[in-house]
Amino acid sequence: MSLAEYKGVYVFAQQVDNEVSSIALELIGKGKDLAKDLGTTVTAVLVGSGVKNLTDVLGEYGADKVIVVDDPELKEYRTEPYTHALASVIETYKPDIFLIGATAIGRDLGPRVCARVHTGLTADCTQLDIGDFPLVPTPGKEQKHGQLLMTRPAFGGNTIATIACPDFRPQMATVRPGVMQKLPREAGRKAEVEEFNPGFVSNEKYVEIMEVVKAVSNVADIMDAKILVSGGRGVGSPENFKILDELAEAIGGTVSCSRAVVDAGWKPKDLQVGQTGKTVRPHVYFAIGISGAIQHVAGMEESDIIVAINKDETAPIFDVADYGVVGDLNKIVPILTQKIKEAKAAADK
Amino acid sequence: MKVVVCIKQVPDTKGGVKFKPDGTLDRAAMLTIMNPDDKAGLEAALRLKDQYGAEVTVVTMGLPKAEEVLREAMAMGADNGVLVTDRVLGGADTWATSQTIAGAIRNLEYDLIITGRQAIDGDTAQVGPQISEHLGIPVISYAQDIKIDGDSVIVQRQFDDRYHILKAKMPCLITALSELNQPRYMTPGGIFDAYQKEITVWGRNDLKDVLDSNLGLKGSPTQIAKASDKVRKGAGEKVVLDPAESVDYIVGKLTEKHVL
Repeated sequence: MSLAEYKGVYVFAQQVDNEVSSIALELIGKGKDLAKDLGTTVTAVLVGSGVKNLTDVLGEYGADKVIVVDDPELKEYRTEPYTHALASVIETYKPDIFLIGATAIGRDLGPRVCARVHTGLTADCTQLDIGDFPLVPTPGKEQKHGQLLMTRPAFGGNTIATIACPDFRPQMATVRPGVMQKLPREAGRKAEVEEFNPGFVSNEKYVEIMEVVKAVSNVADIMDAKILVSGGRGVGSPENFKILDELAEAIGGTVSCSRAVVDAGWKPKDLQVGQTGKTVRPHVYFAIGISGAIQHVAGMEESDIIVAINKDETAPIFDVADYGVVGDLNKIVPILTQKIKEAKAAADK
Repeated sequence: MKVVVCIKQVPDTKGGVKFKPDGTLDRAAMLTIMNPDDKAGLEAALRLKDQYGAEVTVVTMGLPKAEEVLREAMAMGADNGVLVTDRVLGGADTWATSQTIAGAIRNLEYDLIITGRQAIDGDTAQVGPQISEHLGIPVISYAQDIKIDGDSVIVQRQFDDRYHILKAKMPCLITALSELNQPRYMTPGGIFDAYQKEITVWGRNDLKDVLDSNLGLKGSPTQIAKASDKVRKGAGEKVVLDPAESVDYIVGKLTEKHVL
């Protein structure tokens, strides 16, 4: 392949139920940074059925161009038709960089697409930069400029690796949701819109969807919360989460939890913080009865203020907490709720 | 019915991570385990064996030491074990790894391939879907329930706020979540039998329909620019007080930071 033919930063504009996912806007925001360094533009690739009305919002958040692949076969996410859509876009438009959100959809779609077009894919990136590869000139090896440098945690968050894809295009990455910043919305900003349909012919790889079951959940998305009151195994029982609910209500926060709580069936998966759950960075994170396994810490350590309450003074959560309190959560949390209510009532007067 | 399960031997990041003086991961000093999602995949396969008499073959790629994880799988009830090991396969990224495993599986008969969703060392979740693409079969990732229906498989597939019930004609590949089931333990008889059985060992020349240019470090599109230890925010304050004082401490800090 001639690498010079590949141009532009492309992002997969994920939508679910014809609503643009937040990650799509985050990728456009990051894509603009990268495009600026490379002197190029950002193209959002929108895939779905009856989604043409979503191009406006992508333009308002910074996309220069939107390629729309709209077909009835693309109504609900399915691996094969979506792979066909993206692989066809890549083969036709030849992007230099292609970013996908590391969501349940993106982590299924990304590997299948990169395997089809024969390129590398770096999973779950938390940082993207344009730079040289190798980073420093190395004898006997050509140093390439303008490469996408993709940084990601590995080994349960213990190491950080920076990865490049110097000899194949596009340079592909999945990007962890909640890490990149979306741009401010610019009302009326328009992107150039182009429709593209590679044709969809059902075959045995088109898995049949028999049923879509949406979890009955009206909880706020924990990734958007400014204050999270997060409970772990130490809370003791699903019933006892009541004291966390009360604290969350008093302080204007949302309840989240650790993996142990989800595994025990006390709370649904979409409240889980951590490497196999969600990455959060609220203003305040209360870690209550959470020991602080590396996998949990990886999902919350970017929080501005971390308050930990745990009866085990050797718990690793105290290594990342700004304010650690060793003690019995059953005694401390109800009093804390009461004091916060009093403080808020006093402030309102 | 024939089921192939792909498993990986991984350092146990949960059981205490050890570092060398230079700050890199000391793999030799860490215990190894069968990757948890893979173990759930194996358990799912063994249940198909219990229910339908499926023949279960476990495949792993790694150093010769990875034979241990095949023995463990066979002690749990797998029928056959295949170890893919060769120096030229080392340093593979997910592309080259999936090419290698696909090359091994082309030698086997299968109705179903089960892999774990992701390994706890790399956490990429890429190898399963990539194998399915190389073999040209459908993939269903994040399975939380698997049923057989004639020549098809019906899988409950987890998403963030929903799940899909999907039906795919076999052969297909499924990636399993550790939430799928509670893996069984090895039995004493199983352990004894596992060490009586032969393990098949394959090298580069045993892989079917794979180019050299797609294998090992040289066949890996992604290359590491640098790897370093994560720099963590240091610990803050830690206090041991009675409950009322603890609360005063927290409220004081939150007030200082204008949260209250």
